[in-house]
Amino acid sequence: MTAIVPALTIEHVAVHFGGLVAIADMNFVVNGGELLSLIGPNGAGKTTAFNVITGFLKPSKGEVRYRGTSLNGLKPHQVASLGLVRTFQRTSVFRAHSVFDNVLTGLHLSGRSNLLDTLLRLPRERASEQELHDAAWEILTLVGIDKQAHELAGALPYGDQRLLGVALALAAKPSMLLLDEPVSGMNASETGRFMRLLAKLRDRGMTILLVEHDMPMVMGVSDRIVVLNYGRIIAEGPPAAIREDPEVIRAYLGQAGAKRAAHA
Amino acid sequence: MRRFVPVIVVALLATVPLWLGDPYILNAFITTGIFTIAAMSLNLLLGYTGQLSLGHVAFFGIGAYVSALTALGFDVELFDGFHVVHEPWPVIYGFILAIVIAGLCGYLVGKLSFRVRGAYFVIVTISFAEVVRLVALNWVELTQGPLALTNIPPVTLGLPGIGYANLYGKTGNYYLVLGVGVIAYVVIKHLVQSRIGRAMIALKENESLALSVGINVTRYLVLAAIVSAAIAGAAGSLYAHYLRIIDPDIFLFLYTVTMVIMVITGGKGTLAGPVVGGALFGAIPVIVRSFAAPEVQWILYGAFMIAIIFVLPQGIVPAIERWFAPRPSKKQLVASQSSVSAE
Repeated sequence: MTAIVPALTIEHVAVHFGGLVAIADMNFVVNGGELLSLIGPNGAGKTTAFNVITGFLKPSKGEVRYRGTSLNGLKPHQVASLGLVRTFQRTSVFRAHSVFDNVLTGLHLSGRSNLLDTLLRLPRERASEQELHDAAWEILTLVGIDKQAHELAGALPYGDQRLLGVALALAAKPSMLLLDEPVSGMNASETGRFMRLLAKLRDRGMTILLVEHDMPMVMGVSDRIVVLNYGRIIAEGPPAAIREDPEVIRAYLGQAGAKRAAHA
Repeated sequence: MRRFVPVIVVALLATVPLWLGDPYILNAFITTGIFTIAAMSLNLLLGYTGQLSLGHVAFFGIGAYVSALTALGFDVELFDGFHVVHEPWPVIYGFILAIVIAGLCGYLVGKLSFRVRGAYFVIVTISFAEVVRLVALNWVELTQGPLALTNIPPVTLGLPGIGYANLYGKTGNYYLVLGVGVIAYVVIKHLVQSRIGRAMIALKENESLALSVGINVTRYLVLAAIVSAAIAGAAGSLYAHYLRIIDPDIFLFLYTVTMVIMVITGGKGTLAGPVVGGALFGAIPVIVRSFAAPEVQWILYGAFMIAIIFVLPQGIVPAIERWFAPRPSKKQLVASQSSVSAE
């Protein structure tokens, strides 16, 4: 067991849209190598938290730090280059391109040729392109969509498109992955496939922040869970503790449901 | 097979002056070639990054004026008693300066307007072209205004010790335009079929996703604007030294529209699109002029354009690719429609 090192730290983050408080005051830490799930009812502020962490949204207050570097004021592409890479809630792939070209585009940060190399197609450009091609195959194989490499991304079945979304994120060489509802809309076998991929990534030491509604999955894969409701953290802990937490039950099932759950 | 098509086309084009006797037709070939180069440069912005530059002729005109003024020399009084004097330089420096300064203008326009994107970019580019036109029209001391810059020297080619040749003739200019066109095509091809090109296409398709994998969107938009403007500047320089007279009408909106038509009908976002569109809309005026009255010519021109867009909304090149697709399954139909790797 290696020492626990905080990877992502969220300190007193608040987000206000005009008078609406999307996130009131959020504090939590994701440790290196950990899989932390962020759950909560619809509108609890999960996706807002994602957007703040990855630079798509500026927090009204507070600070997000990744491995000691403050992310405040950084643009999304700068956050990605620090190794913090996200996926999107809805399928997000370059639909008009082949699966392989998608991953090749995702490998942008790994390229090392400059403009002159490219315009004159110098040896360094060719070498760099070859490396990118090899890396793309490696990622497609890891994710398990290598057989569809030459198909059009927009024509893939839904589950495969979600996997391609993860492949795109992996292509940016993340040290931490943020997954926004990756299995929503997937059928059982697709979800199973996705969970096996998550296990593989964890074996490689990837830190993961997961937002998900699929409770069996969340309970099955998470090391810890943070529960948001109305922009506040109402509970935090390992899956077993969260399952028993009265606050959480109330948030999900309402007052009456909580009573029923208590009697059961 | 497909990769040899451009080589065959260039080889065929290279034979044109050998069998074409009519200087009027050869002249049409040359001006068409120059505008095709400009259309190729516009395609880099419009077709690959998805940004519509409706002032693209500004870069073309700047290239023409910079090149002409470098070759002609000028004496301008900037403020009281302070003169800027420039002695005439060889044309080749004008050509290089045209590329550099047009590229610099592309950088400025891109940097200014890509913060806002979309419709704002269109407005900034239109305004930029209009401002440049007004400067060319009113700064009479420098540009001679509506009196036009005349006696622009032709391009001189040659090597020290071997000798020089002035390209007064049409044949020489034809090969010069063909050569520059091939270079522009190869530069754009290398660019779009690379990591940089993928970044440009990615930001057109899905900007959030592009950002999320670490692509610096603004940087690649500005880069596309620089390369695009520089190539347009080169085309402008060729235009100035071929016609040997330029006036502020070079900045007319009509020329931008012509370039946009060439790109859209040929197939934006394909390498061959602007070449096919350029050839077509270079040829149509010549053909209709042979049998129609002047008023009818423009009507036919417009009708033809509408017909192409109506029948082939993606443009001619994607339609041809679809036709020749090896197995025209439904998936590939969609693929070829959005193909960006047309050779």
